[in-house]
Amino acid sequence: MLGKLTWAAIPLDQPLPLYAMGVVGIVILVVLGIVTQKGWWPYLWREWLTSVDHKRIGVMYFILGLVMLLRGYTDAIMMRSQQAIAIDGAQGYLPPDHYNQIFSSHGTIMIFFVAMPFVIGLMNFVVPLQLGVRDVAFPVLNSVSFWLSASGALLINVSLVIGSFARTGWMGYPPLSELAFSPDQGVDYYLWVLQISGIGTLMAGINMVTTILKLRAPGMTYFRMPIFCWSALTSSILMVVAFPILTATFAMLLLDRYVGMHFFTNDAGGNMMMYVNLFWAWGHPEVYILILPAFGVFSEVIATFSGKPLFSYRSMVLALLAICVLSFMVWLHHFFTMGASADVNAFFGIMSMIIGVPTGVKVFNWLFTMFQGRIVFRTPVLFSIGFMVTFVIGGMTGVLLAVPPVDFVLHNSVFLVAHFHNVIIGGVLFGALAGYNYWFPKAFGFTLDERWGNASFWCWLVGFYLAFLPLYVLGMMGMTRRLQHISDPSWRPLLLVAELGAIVVCLAIVCQIVQLYVSIRTRESRRDLTGDPWNGRTLEWATSSPPPAYNFAVMPRVETIDAFWEMKRRGLAAVEPAYEAVELPRNSPTAFVIAFFAVVTGFALIWQIWWAAIPSLLAILVTVLVFGWSENRQREIPANEMARMERARRGFGRPA
Amino acid sequence: MSATIDTVDTELVPGRGGGGPAPTRTVVAYGFWLFIVSDIVMFSGLFAAYAVLSGRIADGPAGSELFDLRRVFIETMCLLLSSYTCGLGALSAERRQPSRFLILSCFTFALGAAFLFIEISEFVGMVSRGAGPSRSAFLSAFFTLVGMHGAHVTAGLLWLTYMVAQVVAKGLRPHVLRRLLCFSLFWHALDIIWIGVITVVYLMGAR
Repeated sequence: MLGKLTWAAIPLDQPLPLYAMGVVGIVILVVLGIVTQKGWWPYLWREWLTSVDHKRIGVMYFILGLVMLLRGYTDAIMMRSQQAIAIDGAQGYLPPDHYNQIFSSHGTIMIFFVAMPFVIGLMNFVVPLQLGVRDVAFPVLNSVSFWLSASGALLINVSLVIGSFARTGWMGYPPLSELAFSPDQGVDYYLWVLQISGIGTLMAGINMVTTILKLRAPGMTYFRMPIFCWSALTSSILMVVAFPILTATFAMLLLDRYVGMHFFTNDAGGNMMMYVNLFWAWGHPEVYILILPAFGVFSEVIATFSGKPLFSYRSMVLALLAICVLSFMVWLHHFFTMGASADVNAFFGIMSMIIGVPTGVKVFNWLFTMFQGRIVFRTPVLFSIGFMVTFVIGGMTGVLLAVPPVDFVLHNSVFLVAHFHNVIIGGVLFGALAGYNYWFPKAFGFTLDERWGNASFWCWLVGFYLAFLPLYVLGMMGMTRRLQHISDPSWRPLLLVAELGAIVVCLAIVCQIVQLYVSIRTRESRRDLTGDPWNGRTLEWATSSPPPAYNFAVMPRVETIDAFWEMKRRGLAAVEPAYEAVELPRNSPTAFVIAFFAVVTGFALIWQIWWAAIPSLLAILVTVLVFGWSENRQREIPANEMARMERARRGFGRPA
Repeated sequence: MSATIDTVDTELVPGRGGGGPAPTRTVVAYGFWLFIVSDIVMFSGLFAAYAVLSGRIADGPAGSELFDLRRVFIETMCLLLSSYTCGLGALSAERRQPSRFLILSCFTFALGAAFLFIEISEFVGMVSRGAGPSRSAFLSAFFTLVGMHGAHVTAGLLWLTYMVAQVVAKGLRPHVLRRLLCFSLFWHALDIIWIGVITVVYLMGAR
């Protein structure tokens, strides 16, 4: 009846997941209770769940990332604590089976459901505003992308309670991930979750590339686009051309597991290293999908708070494009130990070092932008400077790992773990948080509290170094990754330092939550009435904070890079325009319905409940067909209504 | 540096993308192009897998024992002809000739269905000879690559039916024409992939 789902799937014998489930369940019930009691459902449904507004979707992406950050962090502190305790005679509190699930879900969640929602959320929110347009190219598709990501996030959390997650690590390498060695549903959770959210990411990429290349305000030639748009463009191009590889690879592994095919099996001619190659043919571009938008954020932040145009804009663009191309030529450095010939390893080692060059160009550009600027040390700037120092260290350990003989020694050691956390925390996460502090006033109309923001930054920075510098040393000492038990007691002191670092990171997250709370409480005193709280340079600051649904009453005309700066310089920003009618996409429940059935489909496929999988798959098809039949997807705001709203909002036409 | 260069040209220089948002038709077609690009990348993963595994027959049948090039030729002709009728259909839709479009779409559908029928009968024949997808890594890769193309053709036939229904119900209105444009892009892309399949799978495998 329920496929492979039985009561045995509920881990009644393991207290930890049950407690976690209990707490999460209570939190969800309380939130739902409050929403119901206050009667917020109609508002939520109308304004958020069915919204196709790129700004709302961007905010929802970011919230998804923040919530999943808590889950991913919980996994992290559990692992660090286990490694700090289970040394020598002690066994710790996590049995191997559970520990293996935790490191797998930590990686999967942090990459796909924290880092990706952060960068896609920022792109969604910022790019149309910076381009001076009203929405992305395909607004409903945009909401489908978001809700499919949310479906994946929901399913991965279901695995906490019903059944178990993969024990294979976040890469899911066969033959361990094949049915013969992972017979339960853990790997199926992993695969279906990432297939569902991967489709969402692919469509987000298509949407973003189309938006940037085909929808820009008049006069915005390619070389007048803000640098964040360039970074979003390169990142989205990588999504379009890298994610399908992952889809194909996972499809092959699913066929191995469900139909008994032999792509990656040990027997009947399968080739497991093909999985590893294909995985990283996606996986290395994925690294740049994450980091390029972060580079874009830092470029905007540094230029704005230095009060100068970005140094050598064109070399920045060329560096982004170079990274975009080169990112497809380095994948083999993830497994130099595969046994490829020395020539092959040398090629990929050299390519991996070359890809460091454009990144170095960028670092110098940021430094020269700051040089002789009047730098205002706001929270986003702290994150940017912290990034520059941290990322350079991470980049250099990366170049070290790109040397094949060194890699043979350090492969799969915690040195590697320290390296990629160094670039992902120091790069992507700092970028996301810099962007969060920088664009928050644009999204909500009030600034974030600086004191708590700065405290959060210092805790992130110090916590990161405490947690990961010891891992570099431990890696040199020979500690491999993913150890559930440590047999060498001499590693204990450094593991304790790493544990301390994880606790400081916890403080950073607490500071952030407090920052948000304090800022909301004191929002009246921190309203951004001008729409331009930082003396910004690009078009998103030309509209009010928060922007109206249509972003710009009249599409701006762009004549330079840093278009808004130029407008302010010429005194054009405060002139009231002539209003025209505006077309806006109507809200649509399509995405929410598709996502609902995607969750059902995914769950049914994981547990092989075919009678539920097939109808819900058909329901998705029907939803798409119904939407495909619809017309009248736009609503028009007439010119006089626009004038009325704009005057009320911006105070035009009132006596000064 | 570049800021000063850019302040000079206040005119909109054609070809540099300064002309403002593109018309909806362009935006839709461009987005769909990107989807096709991503689809082709997905196929390239399957092609790569096939290239790696094509010799891994695990003492089972090899391609030369299984492939019938005459049948593949007929199959290919069906698909290419269906693209031809699809192209003519697209032209007649652009010229607002709905009845011509409908007749040509029937041809497109019939030829696509014939292609699919031949492919399925080939699959059934192979499975009944014990050469199913779980027999060897080569056959896994074969069935997945060719079957994925077949699945795309199936989706295309469903889409064509849906578009015909839209044309009948709504007529050749701009938004219907935009969707037809996407459909014909999709249908032609399947040809390109099929050319890859016959070359890599059948012609190179039948030797």
